Amino acid sequence: MKHLLSVTDLDAAAATGLLDTSDRLKQALLGREVRKLPTLRGRTVITLFYEDSTRTRVSFEVAGKWMSADTVNVSAKGSSVSKGESLRDTGLTLSAMGADCVIVRHPASGAAHRLAAWSDRDRDATGTHTSVVNAGDGTHEHPTQALLDAATLRDRLGSVAGRRIGIVGDVLHSRVARSNVFLLATLGAEVVLVAPPTLLPVGVEQWPCRVGPELDAELPTLDAVMMLRVQAERMRGSFFPSAREYAVGYGLSQERAALLPEHAVVLHPGPMMRGMEIAPAVADSPGAAILAQVRNGVHVRMAVLYHLLAGAPE
Amino acid sequence: MADDRRGDEAGTHPPARELLSAADVTRTIARIAHQIIEKTAGSPEAGVVLIGIPTRGTPLARRLAAAVAEFGGTAPAVGSVDPTLHRDDLRRRPARPLEDTVVPEGGFDDKLVVLVDDVLMSGRTVRAALDALSDHGRPRAVQLAVLVDRGHRELPIRADYVGKNVPTSRDEQIRVLLTETDDRDAVLLRRSAPSPAGASSTGPGEDA
Repeated sequence: MKHLLSVTDLDAAAATGLLDTSDRLKQALLGREVRKLPTLRGRTVITLFYEDSTRTRVSFEVAGKWMSADTVNVSAKGSSVSKGESLRDTGLTLSAMGADCVIVRHPASGAAHRLAAWSDRDRDATGTHTSVVNAGDGTHEHPTQALLDAATLRDRLGSVAGRRIGIVGDVLHSRVARSNVFLLATLGAEVVLVAPPTLLPVGVEQWPCRVGPELDAELPTLDAVMMLRVQAERMRGSFFPSAREYAVGYGLSQERAALLPEHAVVLHPGPMMRGMEIAPAVADSPGAAILAQVRNGVHVRMAVLYHLLAGAPE
Repeated sequence: MADDRRGDEAGTHPPARELLSAADVTRTIARIAHQIIEKTAGSPEAGVVLIGIPTRGTPLARRLAAAVAEFGGTAPAVGSVDPTLHRDDLRRRPARPLEDTVVPEGGFDDKLVVLVDDVLMSGRTVRAALDALSDHGRPRAVQLAVLVDRGHRELPIRADYVGKNVPTSRDEQIRVLLTETDDRDAVLLRRSAPSPAGASSTGPGEDA
């Protein structure tokens, strides 16, 4: 593995390998006094974020630090990006400074792919070797989120294969939804999307999933339900009449959550808009695995860094 | 780790010589168990914990614990420590899969830990395992038990319990088979096939 740009680059064996590494890392760190492994000593990991983030940026930083990598955070605000530097120039600058891995989040879909292509060309020219990890590109992909969701489902349900997982809400603007649909399908799960028709992307019928017309009809047969945040910051125009109407149609209220089977898991990638897509009581219920997702996020990102940086370059 | 001696079953190699048969393996484990009982008898209050180094050190530790319980009365706790994250040769090969790390109930602070592995060679795996171990606690002392010591040490490390000393040349391979991971119990020695030019840095058992 040289870069991690899309979950579609992972076959079932590669994805399972990453999840197994994540489990083993969790196991190796369990209950120890010193949460520090020497594995990535001398490697430099730079996060380059053009969008705001709490979970993803911090968990990549923690993941790197727990494995002794040197981690540096660059955000668009407060860097030369605000002076007008291009993504390419910023990326190559970080490579030239010795970054072994650049973790990029960008509002434009495909940004991580472009950066990886520039990095590969730079490597041919100068011999520097920089891996690129996609930490969210526009409405396209967020592979480590899908991996940590799969890790959480494995923990809670024992396996992903053969399970039925619902993804509910703003699919159109959600890179989390896209990455999850493809990764969960690769791992053998059955995925059902439920969303207002205005919030389904064009071409969704080609995705390896089914679109369910009504949430209440799907809930009783789901092993897990993933609630998506309504991404108001990406909406130019009105996609539904009002927040209240959205909550009534697609929010996971307590009454709705009661329709789920006993063993069902409630996931949310965060940040949550309590009362909009998920009721506070549901978010804090024992069936919710939202903080478990965050915990797994660190281990999954450690696994990704391990697979990209620990071994010899391919 | 024993992994590196896997995958050479293809039959392209010269026939292997059996160093230990299944019965020999059982006898050797029994002898090491007796030695562990003898050598740790002076400090029963401290408690003994057997920690296997995956892959094959872990089932060996389990068998040793059963044998110690049979001959000595009390069964030592068993666990495993994966040294991979502490290896000094990670960057020489593609990323390796990780193995189980299981700290026994109650940990091993102030206990006598016996590290168990199948083959001792360079000592680098043991060095990494010692580092991994110290992240999980502070044993009173650490000893080392191996089924086969084949020489070629690269670090100042020696085993306290050795099943069999086997003088080998570097181009020979030692394979330990255990029913838990393989089809039978045995220790085999064979001359490895001529390696592709210059691939010596990943020689068999180099890291054992």
